[in-house]
Amino acid sequence: MTRISIDPITRLEGHGRIDLFLDHAGAVEEAFLVIPELRGFEKFLEGRPVEEMPQITSRICGVCPEAHHAAAAKAADAVYNVTIPEAAEVARRLQYNAFMAGDHATHFYALGGPDFIVGPDAPASERNIIGVINKVGPELAGKVIRMRKEGHEVAEILGGRRIHPVGMVPGGISKPVSAESAVRLREIGAYMVEFAQESLAIFDAIVLQDPRLRDLVLSHAYYNETAYLALVNDDNQPDAYDGHVRVVDADGSEVVRYHPSDYLEHIAEAVVPWSYLKLPYLKSFGWHGVSDENSRHIMRTGPLGSINASSGMQTPRAQAEYERFFDTFGGKPVHHTLAFHWARLIEMLQAAELVDRHANDERLTSTDVRSVPTGTPHEGVGCVEAPRGLLTHHYITDDNGIVEKANLIVGTTYQYPAIQLSVATAARELVKPGAELTEPVMNGIEMAFRAYDPCFGCATHALPGSSPLEVRTFGPAGELVGGLRRNADGSLEQIDDACAKGGTR
Amino acid sequence: MTKLKLGMYCAAGCGGCDISLIDVHEHLLDIVAAADIAFWPAATDFKYSDVEAMPDGEMDVCFINGAIRNTENIEIAKLLRAKSKVLVAYGACSAFGGVPGLANLYPVREVIDRAFSTQSTDPDGQRPSASATHHDGSSAGLPAITGTVHALSDIVNVDYLLPGCAPSSDRVWELCQVIVSGELPPSPAIVGATKKCVCDDCRLPKQGTRVSKFVRSHEIIAEDGRCLLEQGVVCMGPATRSGCGGQCPDALMPCRGCYGPAGDSLDVGAAMVSVLGTLVDSEDEDVIRQAISQVVDPAGTFYCFTLPTSILGRARTTDPAEEVRS
Repeated sequence: MTRISIDPITRLEGHGRIDLFLDHAGAVEEAFLVIPELRGFEKFLEGRPVEEMPQITSRICGVCPEAHHAAAAKAADAVYNVTIPEAAEVARRLQYNAFMAGDHATHFYALGGPDFIVGPDAPASERNIIGVINKVGPELAGKVIRMRKEGHEVAEILGGRRIHPVGMVPGGISKPVSAESAVRLREIGAYMVEFAQESLAIFDAIVLQDPRLRDLVLSHAYYNETAYLALVNDDNQPDAYDGHVRVVDADGSEVVRYHPSDYLEHIAEAVVPWSYLKLPYLKSFGWHGVSDENSRHIMRTGPLGSINASSGMQTPRAQAEYERFFDTFGGKPVHHTLAFHWARLIEMLQAAELVDRHANDERLTSTDVRSVPTGTPHEGVGCVEAPRGLLTHHYITDDNGIVEKANLIVGTTYQYPAIQLSVATAARELVKPGAELTEPVMNGIEMAFRAYDPCFGCATHALPGSSPLEVRTFGPAGELVGGLRRNADGSLEQIDDACAKGGTR
Repeated sequence: MTKLKLGMYCAAGCGGCDISLIDVHEHLLDIVAAADIAFWPAATDFKYSDVEAMPDGEMDVCFINGAIRNTENIEIAKLLRAKSKVLVAYGACSAFGGVPGLANLYPVREVIDRAFSTQSTDPDGQRPSASATHHDGSSAGLPAITGTVHALSDIVNVDYLLPGCAPSSDRVWELCQVIVSGELPPSPAIVGATKKCVCDDCRLPKQGTRVSKFVRSHEIIAEDGRCLLEQGVVCMGPATRSGCGGQCPDALMPCRGCYGPAGDSLDVGAAMVSVLGTLVDSEDEDVIRQAISQVVDPAGTFYCFTLPTSILGRARTTDPAEEVRS
């Protein structure tokens, strides 16, 4: 068998790698997305006091620390069976939605959006935030930077710190919100709504009004029929901070609507030897691997899950966009993977409107922000909708509140089988037997996973995957046929024999 | 004047350190004006061949964040050490092992087993490993997880430690200015922090109150304007180096020591036990011992960010690669 090597630099950056296997005709037979990281939080959370979970688990990811902070705090509330005061809930929801809005903005302008705004076949060196600014004007750059700063200011006001906030404690929040801070928060809320609306207008003008990009969104390469998952309120509207988990099948029919603490009845995770990341699936349908022939056990969560598994949005502007979304696609659920981007902006708008709503809630500045737990601690599940999908923290403690067992299922993990499926579908459609693997093909495959805004840092409780990526193609005998590597800035390198020097095989 | 060459790499970290560097906001433009980013996977272009082809010492300053958790981290740390004149351990994970270092409280086999035997995981006994292959027998290319989590200085010589989880962006910007002006202190040294402790920057005043017992942060509603320790909450402020500006106590939450040991103190745990001893409102040794023994999870609390470099750190071999298990 031909020796191949993994170039060390791709392992250096390669927190995600795609391996494609070709059949005799040169068509894609199998595709694997390999995740090489693991830190093992579930073990070392054992023995730690449950009130420390919001701080310790936030270190799973420095990109979305608020998501882990909130999920852990809610799980700890549940462990102590304590109901938090209204003002604390308003403040937590405000902080959480501000984080969601800011995180989605980053993805749209810096990570996923450039493919559309600059164009999928623009030179790779232009498909980045700089290209976006050139396309839509420098004024926007200032607005994007401001959006990011405002988001951090909310984290600082309500969580004490910009990165790894500390404000949520079992039973509420650590400190009341001052009247002065509330004034700032109202200004920020108003700005976020304005920013989100403008982002949707940009998406409309540049993507939806362009027939070529619409065709791309609707193409077979980016179409998979799966189940969808959303965290919803009593009216089945997406609620990132709290609610029930609603699951719909590929036809849009409700499969189950469960309380997050019952997740073990509905969700299970498969293990494969070739990746440190597990593959969750709907337990009632069983695990059937990753293929289009049988994909009903595979779930999609995050923005596309939220919009498909809900019956409308909580806020008026987001609701109008929601209606336009389904009118445009002509049905529900929408199975087009690239629709994630539009759904993400709709979720961003709702989050911004909720920041505005909570900042104007007069309960926000009440000094009653803590309930001291009195119950005997035992077990709790905390669930939020993180920017990349449902996030579940589950702790079992002893009578003294010391964690005995912890289980974490994060957004990108829930999505992992679906990402595999989407990557394989795109590869099969885009890689033509016998033809050279070109940059547009490579980028086309990447667009399938980029739609999910995946964070393999969270998923493996390891590194964030803002990821550069390597695609290697193998012939039927397992020989390396070729490949391409995309660097962090989108620049590309051919992988050929020159790169292969002494490896494992 | 020739521009400086800078690098930044994330090992087993969370990405928060990369964010802290980006969060110098508009100053990032000043940094780029004074220095070329030779290598920063999160933000810039580089090729492996470029890094490998660099002469030794090509980069003026390289930041490495994240702990050392697998064979890939070790390999890259050694490569970057060779290519850099000055190597900075950026952030608590790189400087002290950080939160991922808590895994050293357990054998690595248990750490891996737990990840793949949670309540929601299929009980089929499968485990990913460095020897795993795809369906055709080709290697899946997973790096091996090391037996122990290490700070960067366990693997290579480190010139400077920049503590914090994450380092405060204000301190990061100050450090960048020092680097550009060529006025780094003699190495080895801790940068982006002072020799004082968090209490020196804390806005909550001490009044000399003593306590009869210690409480956990969720058990009381802390009074604003009063030292948390004097309210019985175990706060690591007295044993922790300052640099953050006392952000956590400012939010009425106890310090957890992410800037590492203060001053010349060798061990944060010993320092904390002595602080707690003097706080107990009694001269009776048994009473004091009894009060301190009520502190839950002292290992995890005192060494939350520093276990791999503490005196509790797991026994290590001289060559970490020797104790790699896959």
